Amino acid sequence: MTERQHPATNAATSQGSRLHGVYRYALWVMVAILGAGAVGGIALSRGETINALWFIVAAVAVYSLAYRFYSTWIATKVLLLDETRATPAERFNNGRDFVPTHRWIVFGHHFAAIAGPGPLIGPTLAVQFGYLPGTLWILIGAVLGGCVQDMVIMFFSTRRDGRSLGQMARDELGPMGGAAALVGTLMIMIILIAVLGLVLVNAMKHSPWATATVAATIPIAIFIGLYLRDIRPGRVVEGSILGLVLLLFAVVGGGWVDQSSLLRPLFDQGGLPLAWAVIVYGFFAAILPVWLLLAPRDYLSTFVKLGTIILLAIAIVILHPDIRMPALTRFTDGTGPIFGGKLFPFVFITIACGAISGFHSLISSGTTPKLLANERDIRPIGYGGMVLESFVAITALIAATLLDPGVYFAINSPAGVVGASAASAVATISHWGFPVTVEQMESLAKAVGESTLFARTGGAPSLAVGMATLFSSAFGNGLLSVWYHFAIMFEAVFILATLDAGTRVGRFMLQDFLGNLWAPLGRTSWYPSVLFTSGVIVAAWGYFLYIGVIDPNGGVNILWPLFGISNQMLAAIALSVATGILIKSGRLRECWITALPLAWLAIITTTAAWEKIVSSDVRIGFLTAANSLADKIASGTMSPEAAQIALKLIFNQRLDAGLTIFFVLVLWVVILDMLRLSVRHLRGLSVPPLTESPYSPSHLGANWARDSR
Amino acid sequence: MIQTIRNGWRRVRALMSDDGYARYLRHHAAAHENTTPLSRREFYLREQERKWSGIRRCC
Repeated sequence: MTERQHPATNAATSQGSRLHGVYRYALWVMVAILGAGAVGGIALSRGETINALWFIVAAVAVYSLAYRFYSTWIATKVLLLDETRATPAERFNNGRDFVPTHRWIVFGHHFAAIAGPGPLIGPTLAVQFGYLPGTLWILIGAVLGGCVQDMVIMFFSTRRDGRSLGQMARDELGPMGGAAALVGTLMIMIILIAVLGLVLVNAMKHSPWATATVAATIPIAIFIGLYLRDIRPGRVVEGSILGLVLLLFAVVGGGWVDQSSLLRPLFDQGGLPLAWAVIVYGFFAAILPVWLLLAPRDYLSTFVKLGTIILLAIAIVILHPDIRMPALTRFTDGTGPIFGGKLFPFVFITIACGAISGFHSLISSGTTPKLLANERDIRPIGYGGMVLESFVAITALIAATLLDPGVYFAINSPAGVVGASAASAVATISHWGFPVTVEQMESLAKAVGESTLFARTGGAPSLAVGMATLFSSAFGNGLLSVWYHFAIMFEAVFILATLDAGTRVGRFMLQDFLGNLWAPLGRTSWYPSVLFTSGVIVAAWGYFLYIGVIDPNGGVNILWPLFGISNQMLAAIALSVATGILIKSGRLRECWITALPLAWLAIITTTAAWEKIVSSDVRIGFLTAANSLADKIASGTMSPEAAQIALKLIFNQRLDAGLTIFFVLVLWVVILDMLRLSVRHLRGLSVPPLTESPYSPSHLGANWARDSR
Repeated sequence: MIQTIRNGWRRVRALMSDDGYARYLRHHAAAHENTTPLSRREFYLREQERKWSGIRRCC
């Protein structure tokens, strides 16, 4: 996009540029036709298979059209980005957190921050409905919802000295909005960490190779931490490359552990011991100094993340595999094995990251705006960053759909639904119309170096099988088992990075809150408080993780929708803040850019929450499930051990119902508060004033970005 | 060609914040002439502490 790089077009070249304009117009018409063809092809295909290249073409066309036209329109006609205005980075430049930075460097930082495991897991799970619903929601949700949210919040935060979403909510909506944003952030963090921990545990369960590789990432991170502090202080590129080599070695080394009769039993663990290990690890990661474990792990995860995503995209383009999953499966009726619930609204809850993710608003405010050198960078970074994350979600969806549907369901269906034995699982799945055999699953498990692939719920293993299939055909055949465990390691490093960082932030938020009650608890360097608050946060997510592991239905079917609902609730808070500001600043006519996605989120979140609470289907309704278990216990048909577990599950189901009600209440309180303020403003009554900082001219100059170091 | 490689390397370093210390020294020289800047090690540790006090990673 070069439209603003030639401001000084003079009369002599106007003939040429008019011709140029015609070509460009023709080019965009072609992109539109190509995109329409690809989307139509995907939507209407009812044949045996469809090629993955169609998905790539459709995605690239939709993204480029939306970026070129919609984001430009928002930037120039609604937000009125002003490139002559000094950004917070310029005005408060302190060489540390406020630093004007080149736009592509900021893009890198921003993308590394927003893209976590979410866009890989959600689309993988949503494939139970077929490839079509997930694809359409990822494309449409991103360009009309997620990208707009990220860009608009980034703009408003930039105009407000880089303030956080919570601060903006308090300033612009009032104390209610501020409190909602704060509590919402803490809750979503806890549920996110629990569900990610569960995904990780399910990937390591009875897999000595995966467990050994993931375990090895801890000493590697500590070594790099010491290296970056004492041996070569602050040389992070060097340290990261060294760490990457060690990580690759750990992937191969895990295979040796798998072969060793001595070490194998040590790493061959069930779900519960692994869950405890993750909990203990999370506690230590939160209380140890950041340089020792958290920071070096994050450098490694950023390297691995960007590298693997690029490899995945290249592999898909080179191989352009056929998609085997049908466009729609029978499970759109709500009987799906991976999670219960109809296509509407559950596909929109299952895929949050990749379409619209409220969590991004926390990065887009407070963090990224402090680096922006110029307001015009908000469009490529805010809108463009989310476009790229959405593309990652599409590649994850492709990796899941190129598996045989039977294999996909065999890996992802919990034993509680399809039966614990291999024979009963393949019988059930084949009966659904997705043929699969025990031999097929056994030979696949053998090829990827696992003892079994049945009931590996959570999405990570099936994504790893898909990625390993792609990588081994594209970059080296016969290494399926190494590629599989590379993919598991790749998912594990950034799950653990999110877990470490999330626990730590949760601790700070709790300390901040408790400091109001008793000042010493708020001191972030007072060890008793650090231990206490870290313990509380770890116990909170550890509880959900524990329940997820003992749940015979896999736990993901409960936790993932809860995560989706909480994430969409946070998005609704962010969009309410944005809509409120748009209306207060006299942009009522254009406020639909955020009000429309907000309305859609309110509809899907409320519908999903309603079903999760009142549905009479035990696989959807929390309360029905709790009551049905209670009846089973009362009837005395359960073994004492099963009844023990059932009691815990009952409590958890009721707690989840309460949480869901809480999320929906917060959602509506914020929306109604925003509507009340907007109506007051339109009637000319007093509202909290806009907190935009006054204009001050930028002195960085037009050539700054090119010349800056 | 060499210029391109050099630019690329600079971008990678900036992307990883590898150049943070040099940037800090430049800022320090310009804004706080009369004080001694932090050592590379002190700066690195303090930066990590600051960086990981807020929300830096997402889902």
